[in-house]
Amino acid sequence: MVLGAGLLTALAMAIGILLARASAGLQANDESGIERINALLPQTQCGQCGYPGCRPYAEALLQGTAGTDQCPPGGEATARALARLLGSRGPQHMPPAPAAGIAVIDEPACIGCARCIEVCPVDAIIGAAQFSHTVIAADCTGCELCIPVCPVDCIRLDPLPGHSTQPSPA
Amino acid sequence: MAELLLIAVGAATVNNFVLVRFLGLCPLLGVGSRLDSAAGMSLATGFVLTVTAGLSYLLDHWVLVPLDLGYLRIISFILLIAGTVQLAELVIRRRYALLHRLLGMYLPLITTNCAVLGVALLNAGTAKSLAAALAMGLGAGLGFALVMLLFASLRERLESAQVPQPFRGPAIALVTAGMMSLAFLGFAGLIRV
Repeated sequence: MVLGAGLLTALAMAIGILLARASAGLQANDESGIERINALLPQTQCGQCGYPGCRPYAEALLQGTAGTDQCPPGGEATARALARLLGSRGPQHMPPAPAAGIAVIDEPACIGCARCIEVCPVDAIIGAAQFSHTVIAADCTGCELCIPVCPVDCIRLDPLPGHSTQPSPA
Repeated sequence: MAELLLIAVGAATVNNFVLVRFLGLCPLLGVGSRLDSAAGMSLATGFVLTVTAGLSYLLDHWVLVPLDLGYLRIISFILLIAGTVQLAELVIRRRYALLHRLLGMYLPLITTNCAVLGVALLNAGTAKSLAAALAMGLGAGLGFALVMLLFASLRERLESAQVPQPFRGPAIALVTAGMMSLAFLGFAGLIRV
């Protein structure tokens, strides 16, 4: 009886020590998993998901701290692809957090500084320095990144005519 | 050598743990619906099966039998299996996080996979050497992987097949498993024991 109890205790302690050492020695590192998720994201780096960019969002998805339906530029197609890769149920509420609208440039007020062109993650703003710019409505994801950089505040966000105008990658 | 090969092939086919002995059916039905998660599960279970087959044989042969503690077999084997599964889960969670998400709850549940304990207990009664015990574990793991991969491929095809409404889901999966079990009976007589 004592022998049996002693043996089980010794066995449990040996396994516990081994596991603790393995846990301390093994660093979390799964680059390929992050890359596979990252490849599904639109790479607009717009930050609408609440993370600084697409790769940080991919890391959060892998950890399970982010939902698959937080990427408005990707739309429903991306959300479904993410859910399929991660083995979770499909998105519950689609479309995910629809974009607030699309950016519109008040063209007479634009001074042609080209700053908004540089920050636009989807290249939806066309124009050249010293010429008035305009927004390609079909490509704009409504990420608002261009609004704070405009020195004359001539960019505003108009509500979308309908959610269906959101571009979604094939 | 030939004997070890016979043991491994026999455990993989004639006495296949899943389809002939009906042990370890829960992971088959749980993660057997997608090929990539089935492959990951097969690798993890195969690793656990082989390691625990060897360790439990050593424990039984060197500690339990000499000390006349045979009645502790089940509980000490479970302890070994749980430790090995924890180790496997740790490695998968840290290195293959995507696979860890796909397997989810079924990974720690390898602990209660009856095939793993079944191999350990069968070895305690019959294995003649450490090599034979390892061959048994490896063969059981290969057999498990074979059935998992075949079953997952079939289920991926069934996804797009026109299955009558009452047979959708688990029903058709069990029918498929039953037919595979019948097919595996064809291996009987392959190896004369």
